Amino acid sequence: MNDGRSLILKRIREALRDNPAPHPHTSHSQVEAETHTGGHPQRDWLPKVGETVSEQIDLFSTISAGLKTEVHRVANLAAARERFLALSKENGWKKIGSHQHTDVDFLLTGCTLPIVRTDLGYTISDLESCDVGLTACEVLVAQTGGILVSVESSGGRALSVLPPHHVVIARTSQMVPDLTASFQHVKNKYGNNFPSFMSFITGPSRTGDIERILVLGAHGPKRLSVLLVDQE
Amino acid sequence: MPAQSTDFQTLSRRYTADKPLRAFIRKALGGYYQKRDENKSNFQDWQGARDLAAEIKYEAVNHLEDYLLEFEAKITARGAKVFWAPDAEAARNYILQVAKENGVRAIIKSKTMTSEEIHLNHALEKEGFGVIESDLGEYIVQLREEPPFHLVFPAMHLTRGQISELFEEKLGSEPTDEPEKLTMIARDVMRSKYCEADMGISGANFAVAETGMISITENEGNARLTTSLPRIHVALLGIEKVLPHLEDLSLFLPMLATAGAGQTMTCYNTMYGGPRQPGEPDGPEQMHVVLLDNRRTELLADAEQRDALGCIRCGACLNVCPIFKNIGGYSYGTTYGGPIGSVITPHLRGLKDWKHLSAASSLCGACTEACPVKIDLHHHLLQNRRNGVKASPSPFEKLTYGGFSVMMGHPLLYRFAIKIGRFFQPLHDLVNGTFLDPLRAWTSSRKLPKLASTSFQEQWKKERGGEK
Repeated sequence: MNDGRSLILKRIREALRDNPAPHPHTSHSQVEAETHTGGHPQRDWLPKVGETVSEQIDLFSTISAGLKTEVHRVANLAAARERFLALSKENGWKKIGSHQHTDVDFLLTGCTLPIVRTDLGYTISDLESCDVGLTACEVLVAQTGGILVSVESSGGRALSVLPPHHVVIARTSQMVPDLTASFQHVKNKYGNNFPSFMSFITGPSRTGDIERILVLGAHGPKRLSVLLVDQE
Repeated sequence: MPAQSTDFQTLSRRYTADKPLRAFIRKALGGYYQKRDENKSNFQDWQGARDLAAEIKYEAVNHLEDYLLEFEAKITARGAKVFWAPDAEAARNYILQVAKENGVRAIIKSKTMTSEEIHLNHALEKEGFGVIESDLGEYIVQLREEPPFHLVFPAMHLTRGQISELFEEKLGSEPTDEPEKLTMIARDVMRSKYCEADMGISGANFAVAETGMISITENEGNARLTTSLPRIHVALLGIEKVLPHLEDLSLFLPMLATAGAGQTMTCYNTMYGGPRQPGEPDGPEQMHVVLLDNRRTELLADAEQRDALGCIRCGACLNVCPIFKNIGGYSYGTTYGGPIGSVITPHLRGLKDWKHLSAASSLCGACTEACPVKIDLHHHLLQNRRNGVKASPSPFEKLTYGGFSVMMGHPLLYRFAIKIGRFFQPLHDLVNGTFLDPLRAWTSSRKLPKLASTSFQEQWKKERGGEK
């Protein structure tokens, strides 16, 4: 059915064979071998990240503030639950979206609001009418103020983007210095069996499409809160 | 002269005369420059990052077959279908076929310039499929029935007033001058569209060979919704988007954000490796990846300009280009505007009709300097000029430059020409700039400098005699 495949591959082969590269080229693997950073030369050029976890948390918090991500540092899970309940009260939440995860479940113990659990099957309109999506995450990225979510860690694709407020529960032990480290994390964790969806979330949804003026909550969550638990 | 060239001249004249629009665009870009520079300065070495990014792209493009095959094998193993489209028509037909076979009723799209390139919306609408653009800027220009003005900022030419009027007319909303309110109007409209749509069409910023994933960069969350809720996901991307390794993204994602919009990271950088997998709670049942050639292999065959395939469509070259800032996005008449568009369009759509774009440059090199993957843009514009002349030589130009070359090579002839020139210049003044003026292409908007009454050489001789 797809003759296009052989046609395109033939065109590529002929284009490269008949017109070799104009200057000698060091291959990517050579570049990797030549650097001193364990095969990740990008680390020599990208923004610098401190080595200790506390430096990384500081960097994450500073960048998050600039992005309008609300970071709540709490001492333990119990304190995180208190903060979560306070947020719920303040904002008058009526319905919560969540997924099965030890820490998420802990936060919701005793919660009397209706809960939509994506892992138990859900309808789009049911999830859409939730005031908040509560999820765990894979890692937090200090260098960019990012939160890596995946189908596996965060209850599928839609839970972290459809409700208007996304709350993430994470532990300080999930902090990694940079994007490279987060890719290594997923490779180590999943091998070749990656979740079909992974996303670096860097602040609440935003747009600048009208006169380049920043507006939050374009299509995804208007608010993004991270409950960062100081605990392994 | 091809119609494209005449249109280009007419439109550039019109847009250049639109001073309020030019001021508006300059202002919009002002904020971008500041944020971009702030973020660049956070890099340990932006130039080092550019070198490495260029190197990775060079590796990928020069081993395109290997990486595409690896990408195909990996993503196919995870249940996605890969379709290779040699041209725009093949890509359109395949997407139409998928829509028909699956009884699709409503289609939602996230921003993809590649779909503009193949005029996908038009083809889908002609077959009776409703298509909604979900990116705010794209939605605005879709409502206006216009193409995007800029690769990254599709509606940057419109004021909030114009957008409010548009929404009032098309959506029946209340007028407002607050960008926030306007954004919320679009958000509300779009919410129901996501839930109704059974096919989501996206582009891709990168494809990762090593892991068989596509990566989509966006700020609004519309691409995430487009690829999460409908039961079919179609991703359309050019064959040049492939990167060797997953870790390569740790360089390209921040660089794209910085160069493209002056951000540390774009809000959502999402990697998709296949449709919903067994055990996953949601996601599309089908994922189709359409790999588009559409003459990209013609550019690949030009070893001199092959690096232009490394383009990550960040739009940085447009944002700094003095020509783009004055003539705007619509004068080009191309899918891809600005310097990169002027470089690649003659390859993608034919040199004969598009070589005039090579002259849409002051050769200042700002584009080359801005490019995060170090595409040698302004030299490629010169090469396109050369190729254009080679392909269809102009006898008049040849004669002029030939004559000039002979004159400059013979001092006696040169001196004679100066003398003659002094005699003819007052006569030329009589017709200066009028239709009788043979030099009017130049003189209609410029002054011809006056020849000195005595040349430097003559003065030297007079003052210093024969002294050497």
